[in-house]
Amino acid sequence: MRTWAKRIPLALLLMAVLAGCGQHAVMLNPAGPVGRTELNLMVLASVAMAIVILFVLVLATVAVVRFRDKKGNRAPYTPQVEGHKVLEVLWFIIPALILTVIAVPTVKDTFALAKVPAKNPLVVDVTSLDWKWLFEYPGQKVATVNHLVIPAGQPVLFKITSDAPMNTFWIPQLGGMEYAMPGRVLPLWLESYKPGVYWGHSGQFSGREFEKMFFSVRAVTPAAFSSWAAHLRKTAPPMTVADYHRLLQFTTVGHLSYSKYPAFTFPSVTHGFTLKGGMYLLMHNNPAHD
Amino acid sequence: MPSFVPYLIHTLFPPWVRRPTEIGAEIMMVAGGAFIVYWLLKYKKLQWLWNEWLTTVDHKKIGIMYLVAAIIMLARGGLDALMLRTNLAMPTLHFINASEYNEVFTTHGTIMVFFMGMPLIFALFNVVVPLQIGSRDVAFPRLNAISFWLFAFAAALFNLSFVVGGSPNAGWTAYPPLTELAFNHTVGENYYFISLLMTGIGTTITGINFLVTILRMRAPGMTFMKMPLFTWATLNTSALILFAFPPFTIALLESLLDRVAGTSFFTLSHGGMPMMYVNLFWLFGHPEVYILVLPAFGVFSEVVATFSRKKLFGYPSMVLSMTAIMVLAYGTWVHHFFTMGAGPAVNVFFGLSTMLIAIPTGVKVFNWILTMWGGRLTFTTPMLYFLAMIPTFVIGGATGVMLGAVPADYQFHNSYFVIAHFHQVLIGGTVFGLLAGVYYWWPKMFGYKLNDRQGKWAFWLFAGGFWPTFIPQYWLGLEGMTRRMYTYPFGLGWHTLNVISTIGGFIMGAGFLVLASNVLYSRRHQERDETGDAWGNGRTLEWSIPSPAPEYNFAVIPVVDERDWWWAEKERRQSGERPALPRPEDIRPIAIPKNTPVPILLGAAFFLGAFGLVFTWWYIALAGLAGVFGLLIYSWFQYDHYRILSAGEVRESEELLGRLGA
Repeated sequence: MRTWAKRIPLALLLMAVLAGCGQHAVMLNPAGPVGRTELNLMVLASVAMAIVILFVLVLATVAVVRFRDKKGNRAPYTPQVEGHKVLEVLWFIIPALILTVIAVPTVKDTFALAKVPAKNPLVVDVTSLDWKWLFEYPGQKVATVNHLVIPAGQPVLFKITSDAPMNTFWIPQLGGMEYAMPGRVLPLWLESYKPGVYWGHSGQFSGREFEKMFFSVRAVTPAAFSSWAAHLRKTAPPMTVADYHRLLQFTTVGHLSYSKYPAFTFPSVTHGFTLKGGMYLLMHNNPAHD
Repeated sequence: MPSFVPYLIHTLFPPWVRRPTEIGAEIMMVAGGAFIVYWLLKYKKLQWLWNEWLTTVDHKKIGIMYLVAAIIMLARGGLDALMLRTNLAMPTLHFINASEYNEVFTTHGTIMVFFMGMPLIFALFNVVVPLQIGSRDVAFPRLNAISFWLFAFAAALFNLSFVVGGSPNAGWTAYPPLTELAFNHTVGENYYFISLLMTGIGTTITGINFLVTILRMRAPGMTFMKMPLFTWATLNTSALILFAFPPFTIALLESLLDRVAGTSFFTLSHGGMPMMYVNLFWLFGHPEVYILVLPAFGVFSEVVATFSRKKLFGYPSMVLSMTAIMVLAYGTWVHHFFTMGAGPAVNVFFGLSTMLIAIPTGVKVFNWILTMWGGRLTFTTPMLYFLAMIPTFVIGGATGVMLGAVPADYQFHNSYFVIAHFHQVLIGGTVFGLLAGVYYWWPKMFGYKLNDRQGKWAFWLFAGGFWPTFIPQYWLGLEGMTRRMYTYPFGLGWHTLNVISTIGGFIMGAGFLVLASNVLYSRRHQERDETGDAWGNGRTLEWSIPSPAPEYNFAVIPVVDERDWWWAEKERRQSGERPALPRPEDIRPIAIPKNTPVPILLGAAFFLGAFGLVFTWWYIALAGLAGVFGLLIYSWFQYDHYRILSAGEVRESEELLGRLGA
């Protein structure tokens, strides 16, 4: 036991190191309601699991220390014991109860997060390309590449697809990710409580320059957002068909902005095909499916 | 120079296999091959190799060949891992470039799952199960050899990709459309799909083989509830293999057709449905992780009882929980892609089923600990691996439950949190379990134990290096690091933990080196075991016969009347209730399956066809196919598969082993 006591300073040092890392732990510092709900569930699950882990480790340690094969060990030796009915049933019941504690909020939150908590949220059409992100604002008619600007304090609905191999659209500080898949448009809503700057990335490997699929996210006040869009409409160049073709190529680019974009680049009810000829199953924005 | 030569050189050795790492590997392969050929010729071992190993159908030798292959593949997969970890040690480090990194993480995952994990479990199945159930071989010995050779040639083909044509580079999951020709021009993905199809045939056959073996060939008296736990694990694993591999085969085949035949099952264009691949893949992929872990559960159950010198605690609940895991394993696959928009109802179903499967797994852990309770523990190397499993696997399992909480998984998905989780269960569960099994049954395979002192050194390095390698990765996940990034920028705070993780990885690598040297050392220096019950505390049938077992295994098949038959039998023999050795008149003639060259030739024909298919050289592919059918037709006309060992020969052999009573 004494050797363990000697290790306490080491453990404290380790905790200090981890605490130093804490500022970078984006999942633990959510800046919006989605990330907050997800973090709460993580905390609940880890506390519940820590109880189980602790119990198992203590039980195992006691068994190992007490029943060592050494001379003079007075602990009982019972080689014929085959089991214990009550304990074996308890092994099933107690973990089931602990899991219920996690399962109930899991069910509740899963359904809650599936719905956007607003009637007409701001919509951003997200397309992952090789190896860049295209963000189109159908309400504002503007488009950007690799940088995203959203109004703070209100939910934003992202409609996510891909005109290239799969990626996932992820802003860890705001909340979880969703796949960008060719042939499907998947919804995800996120919200930033306050104006702020975050980073986003893809979670799904998509080829040679995958690690360059970082994008920047800027949450601004709704008024600043409107003036930003208006400014873009006035000053930025329009995206031409040729521009979109260039974006489709296997390249990486910096931040780009466009004052408008061609209608066909994102699948819609009237237009079920991407430029590359992929046919979309319009699961989420086809009235026939809703 | 004929005109096709430059074409051949360009196709077989494109620029991306002419980098230093590839050339180094090439030199190692050629030098290693040359040394083996030289050794065989110098010591005139060719005939021996052919007769004793390459054409054998003996389950014990096939098991040893699986083991050798698995250890070689562990070295390759481990080297891959160290290259990855080196590259991630510091931000923007370019030890290897992006393309190489992508190839290396793909081969690391594929090799560790299919060419290290699978053969290692089959090694133990083959060596242990027939001995544990009191059988003379598996149900279909020739099919067993075919399984092995399909695996071996598939592994060779997969590894060849590194130096000929280029490796696959879309991850071990190979999601389309990244694998389709438009995004992936090299032949790497062909290698992936074809070699996995090949080894998949072998695996499916093995599953059928062991199902039939266990259902039909148990010793008299061994009812289901008297079967050793490792045999139960094998039965459940085989059942998983039987139903998990068909969807995988379809996914691989359709992806391959997309590449070589212009179909559009999963392509980006022409109505392909990439998500269907993901479903088919994980419909296999989730049962696959239980295929890998159930045998380890079986090993732990044997090891903990033996080294606690006590009956296993809660046998019926162990069987029940294992079978429950087998059934539930089919119902959790969507938890690999909650974030693919299946909707909350589907996600909730699979989230809850994921939590449900933790219950039987927890039951097993509690029963193992209570097996130690009231026992007398000796800390041999296998027992140390068992003890190391408890914290590792329990924490890995707990984070698995956290991943099952759907909204939390939206954050965790594809982050390093997931990487840490599955390495913790796959290394802490499967690898620790299989290593425990290898140490535990090594004397049964070779007649001597591995050196315990070196074994413990390897253990402390490997299990000790494990924690600094993987625990920091949980935190990296929380910091938003996603998997498969070949490097990362400064400023995100990821570097400290990555350095720690890399150092841990190298400590584990050192552990592997000690293990390898232990194998070489013990061959020369370890004491031979004359008893057959090398640990002195064996409980099950395999410890009742000599080590290594004679080719017929049991001179007289025992009648099993107890769960721990050998434990009880030893007591009865000591008290004089039963004679210690069988009488000569009990021994009868035994039919032994004959050696055959068909399995290895079949593997070679498959290899030829597969190689042709990789490069879409159809004539070579067809030649290979013709070879396969020719060999199958040839073997249809082979009726005489067995030779008879007369009672006299068996008696003579038993007498030499000191196993014949008066």
